[in-house]
Amino acid sequence: MSFYDIYKKYKNFDLEKRFRVCTFFSIQSALENARLDINQFICLLSPPAENLLESMAQKAHALTKNNFGNTIALYTPMYLSNYCDNSCIYCGFNSENDIERRKLSIEEVDKEAQYIRSLGLKHILILTGESRVESPVSYIKDCIQILKKYFSSISIEIYPLTEEEYTELVNQGVDGLTIYQEVYDEKIYSKMHIYGPKRDYKFRLDAPERGAKSGMRNISIGTLFGLGEWRKEVFFLGLHAKYLQDKFPDLEIGISIPRIQPQVGGFKPISMVNNRNIVQVILALRLFLPRLGISLSTRENPEFREGLIPLGVTKISAASTTAVGGHTLAHLGQKSSQFDIQDRRNVDEIKLMLEKKGYQPVLKDWLQI
Amino acid sequence: MEDFLEIAGKKIQNRLFIGTGKFSSYPIMRQALEAAEAEVATVALRRVDPDLKTENIMDFVPKSCQVMINTSGARNADEAVRIARLAKTAGAGNWIKIEVIRDNKYLLPDNLETLKAVEVLVKENFVVFPYMSPDLSMGRRMAEAGAVAVMPLGSPIGSNRGVKTRELIEIMINEINIPIIVDAGLGRPSEACECMELGSAAVLVNTAIAVSNDPVKMARAFSESVCAGRLAYLSGIPVAEKTASASSPLTGFLREEE
Repeated sequence: MSFYDIYKKYKNFDLEKRFRVCTFFSIQSALENARLDINQFICLLSPPAENLLESMAQKAHALTKNNFGNTIALYTPMYLSNYCDNSCIYCGFNSENDIERRKLSIEEVDKEAQYIRSLGLKHILILTGESRVESPVSYIKDCIQILKKYFSSISIEIYPLTEEEYTELVNQGVDGLTIYQEVYDEKIYSKMHIYGPKRDYKFRLDAPERGAKSGMRNISIGTLFGLGEWRKEVFFLGLHAKYLQDKFPDLEIGISIPRIQPQVGGFKPISMVNNRNIVQVILALRLFLPRLGISLSTRENPEFREGLIPLGVTKISAASTTAVGGHTLAHLGQKSSQFDIQDRRNVDEIKLMLEKKGYQPVLKDWLQI
Repeated sequence: MEDFLEIAGKKIQNRLFIGTGKFSSYPIMRQALEAAEAEVATVALRRVDPDLKTENIMDFVPKSCQVMINTSGARNADEAVRIARLAKTAGAGNWIKIEVIRDNKYLLPDNLETLKAVEVLVKENFVVFPYMSPDLSMGRRMAEAGAVAVMPLGSPIGSNRGVKTRELIEIMINEINIPIIVDAGLGRPSEACECMELGSAAVLVNTAIAVSNDPVKMARAFSESVCAGRLAYLSGIPVAEKTASASSPLTGFLREEE
């Protein structure tokens, strides 16, 4: 059994037809339940539920407070390498794109780590493009060896690995895995990923599960908004998160819902998702899965991010850069970045914003044991 | 008569223990602990950051408070033991609340792994408080293994549902000869009071205080209700009857004749 079996089961599911039978009363009744089933989740994702966003928000807010308290965890990404063998038409690292390619030397990793740590951050997310030649697992292990000295929690957002490889990284000190399917719709997936190992839809789809088996503590999945039809994508994202929660109850399962931002290749989203839609997505996921971690990146602008925080968000990034060595090697700038970020505030500014909103910024929430 | 709870040579008068997670800021957490005059506070080691001089949670726990480190994040006995040892090395003392959770959906503890951790840590001279699902046999085993108290849950963490496990907790209180401290799920002061009336040695509260609109006031409310519940317990609570029982019985004169 893999999530692919569930995907296949619902692949041709007529979500639109289900939406048509969602009424004010069925949505209201979903809101009154402590545990929502899949049909009720569908109700909350339906177009009519847009009229009940405030009621959904009130409940989502209370639920998040009880489960996670008045706290928001902070982390920052660190790009190790942008070499990539894939051609994904929406991504700045697309091997077709003419950008400056490089990877950090071990000394540079140390320098970046020192700098990030000096900002007070203790949770790091490391990223690479997909190149088993330029950024092989052995290189990532070497980087982790350095990062362990500085950080309490290390997560990876790299190309999908085998279970054995994930285990190697866990033994090296990694505790979290972030891997987005990008788009659950298999047909669109195939169109978006022109060539390269990423064309293997199923190997990527099963990566979170392989990570879970390898001893990771946190698994974060996501769909990239702008590719598939958002309601259908979120439906699969919710099912995927639930599948992982049910199968691996001792893991913390999280999601992220990044929206496509301008990047070097100039790709335009093929499916639009507005701010109101994003709000509905966060609320529906929070109500469906009360213990789900919800992470918000700097792809969204400061005002919108602030508005989203009380709706169910548990984790946000700060002082982000999507360029290799972007924290300390300023000269590289945007030329090597994966996408544009919208919220450029530094750690102190983000902390101050959270405190003003009545949240405690949590910089450390794990320890190497 | 002075009433206190004695654990590992420490006399505790305030039977409200407070958890330090979920507060909107450390200063508010400190004010809440002070307002409740808390004598015991639990702190998750995962949140302790000794590097940050200005933001280390430990600096916000009043000096008069005994710190009890919890092993939050542990998924098995081995991880709980390692966290406890790290706490001791870090100078956070040897009072340990063992929390082993393998279910992230309901945050319910794994009693078996918890027991294993108790066995190891007691031998290493830790003062051990296992957080557990209420179960008489397991509670007895924890006591036999050397736990100084057991902490059964009232309902799932953060649920604010009150003492849903009342029947099981009552049995534990009646049958286990170490203190029973009800931990988790208490949503309002009256529920904390209820636990104390039943004979709990103490209660541990976090969410209901931390996420209320006024955590400082709520901390006091819990503290006072715990005190009231304890006083009631010590006074002997009359058995509830379905029928009325007159304060001045009509046949009272017969007693005078005898």
